[in-house]
Amino acid sequence: MNYSAWQILKNGLRGGKNWRPLWHSKEPKKSYDIIIIGGGGHGLATAYYLAKNHALKNIAVIEKGYLGGGNVGRNTTIVRANYLLDGNSQFFSHSLKLWESMEQELNFNTMMSQRGILSLGHSDGQMDSLARRGNMMISQGDDAELLSAEELRDYVPYVNQTDPRFPIYGGLLHRRGGTARHDAVAWGYARAADRLGVDIIQNCEVTGMIVNNKTISGVQTTKGKIKADKIGMAVAGRTSQVADMAGLKLPIESHVLQAFVSEGLKPCVDCEISWGAELFYISQSDKGGLVFGGDIDKYNTYAARGNLPAIENVMEAAMALMPMIGRAKVLRSWGGIVDMTMDGSPIIDKTPINGLYLDGGWCYGGFKATPASGWCFAHLLATDEHHEVAEKYTLDRFEKGYLLDEEATGATPNLH
Amino acid sequence: MRINCPLCGERDLVEFHYEGSSKLMARPKDENDMDAFHDYLHIRSNPAGLNNELWSHEYGCRAWLLICRDTNTHKILSIDLARDVKTKGSLD
Ligand SMILES: Cc1cc2nc3c(=O)[nH]c(=O)nc-3n(C[C@H](O)[C@H](O)[C@H](O)COP(=O)(O)OP(=O)(O)OC[C@H]3O[C@@H](n4cnc5c(N)ncnc54)[C@H](O)[C@@H]3O)c2cc1C
Ligand SMILES: [Zn+2]
Repeated sequence: MNYSAWQILKNGLRGGKNWRPLWHSKEPKKSYDIIIIGGGGHGLATAYYLAKNHALKNIAVIEKGYLGGGNVGRNTTIVRANYLLDGNSQFFSHSLKLWESMEQELNFNTMMSQRGILSLGHSDGQMDSLARRGNMMISQGDDAELLSAEELRDYVPYVNQTDPRFPIYGGLLHRRGGTARHDAVAWGYARAADRLGVDIIQNCEVTGMIVNNKTISGVQTTKGKIKADKIGMAVAGRTSQVADMAGLKLPIESHVLQAFVSEGLKPCVDCEISWGAELFYISQSDKGGLVFGGDIDKYNTYAARGNLPAIENVMEAAMALMPMIGRAKVLRSWGGIVDMTMDGSPIIDKTPINGLYLDGGWCYGGFKATPASGWCFAHLLATDEHHEVAEKYTLDRFEKGYLLDEEATGATPNLH
Repeated sequence: MRINCPLCGERDLVEFHYEGSSKLMARPKDENDMDAFHDYLHIRSNPAGLNNELWSHEYGCRAWLLICRDTNTHKILSIDLARDVKTKGSLD
């Protein structure tokens, strides 16, 4: 059934009894042509584009928990194309374009809201670097506007511009950036992939890989052995673990990123604001909660809960940026395990094992990449060639010295 | 998380800085061995379980510590001064 205003009216009048589940929960077949491990945003988008762009059939997505239970349902939903480096900028530019047509493409309301992203500058030097970033974004074909301190006074009047330590000199506004409903992205891709014949298998953990002579032929799972000649990993924070099953060691560490939401408030923050003094960002959800976060906790962990110092940091940044937030109560906080690479950029590539492909290392910023990651990973799986916007996301770039280090912090995954 | 510094006693996490895998203590001897340096600099076993790692007591005595910690639970199993372990040469 295609969703439309007419369907809502018709089904509403019938008491909502005819709505069907969004996708079928399948049991695994004995073999597939392609298996995607991980039913997060990236895995589901990959399966969808394999079926849609490459007309492939006989695909399974294998998810150890429930669909949307990973980072795709834990992130702070920011979508943007404001990267600096050649290699990243064309990829995220492509991704933002896919976001702009996603609702029509999937026939699903992902609540994509291009409310603008404002990055603040706190010194002359930082304003220069924002201007440079803006120029790079414009030359990539995306949008950027430099706003002065006076212009900001109208745009975000509640921001404390005269904080003695971090006065605000201006900001870079990326109007096409914004937010989307994260769960809806997972559900939308799952439904669209299911409609094209992809098997979505939940509660099925991959526990081993069947590798002989450096060639993969299937996976062991909690629902038995499943064969396939091509297997794609899209398991985010668990990338090292799953790759380890095939004997691979990767340039990745797993860290926890926390996020916070306040009680529901009347609309006040109508864009997304990134503080420039430290990593801190805030937006307001459609339910009214202020959604905000900062840096990762900075030590290796697989416990999806963080510690207090990172929380205190975020709260202090919030108070410095907009003191009025001190009157709001924090409703809840949570964490997700993110796969931090040694240069802070992702990997979409083949691996040294024939038939085994890797999509990972998304760090704390892979939600915005969801459609392009699926698009490019599907391209790689189907054609064995890199898609042109993802050709720099190679696994051997570390040993060859072609790093994509946006933060210029070197091989320190906790500082990207 | 609280960390029991061998010199300062038990202190809050906020005083410590994570410096990465204990692998960083075993710098390859041959400066021209590119494969060994790639492995040393970039590749991590990233275990879900016991991790041997370096911390510095940045806002305390500034000593570097070698800690064995469970990455699933944050439980710390052992803490040593990195320099003692280094001079004893007993790295795993
Ligand atoms: C708090 C937080 C805030 C964030 N904010 C943003 C943001 O504002 N903007 C942005 O762009 N990005 C953000 N991110 C990053 C983004 O969420 C991730 O990079 C992205 O979601 C990762 O891709 P995914 O959706 O496929 O991951 P996931 O949803 O985590 O999918 C991976 C799936 O693999 C499954 N899996 C793991 N191991 C196995 C196995 N052995 N067998 C079978 N299945 C397995 C997991 O259960 C999981 O469902 C944030 C992350 C966090 C934690
Ligand atoms: Zn100390």
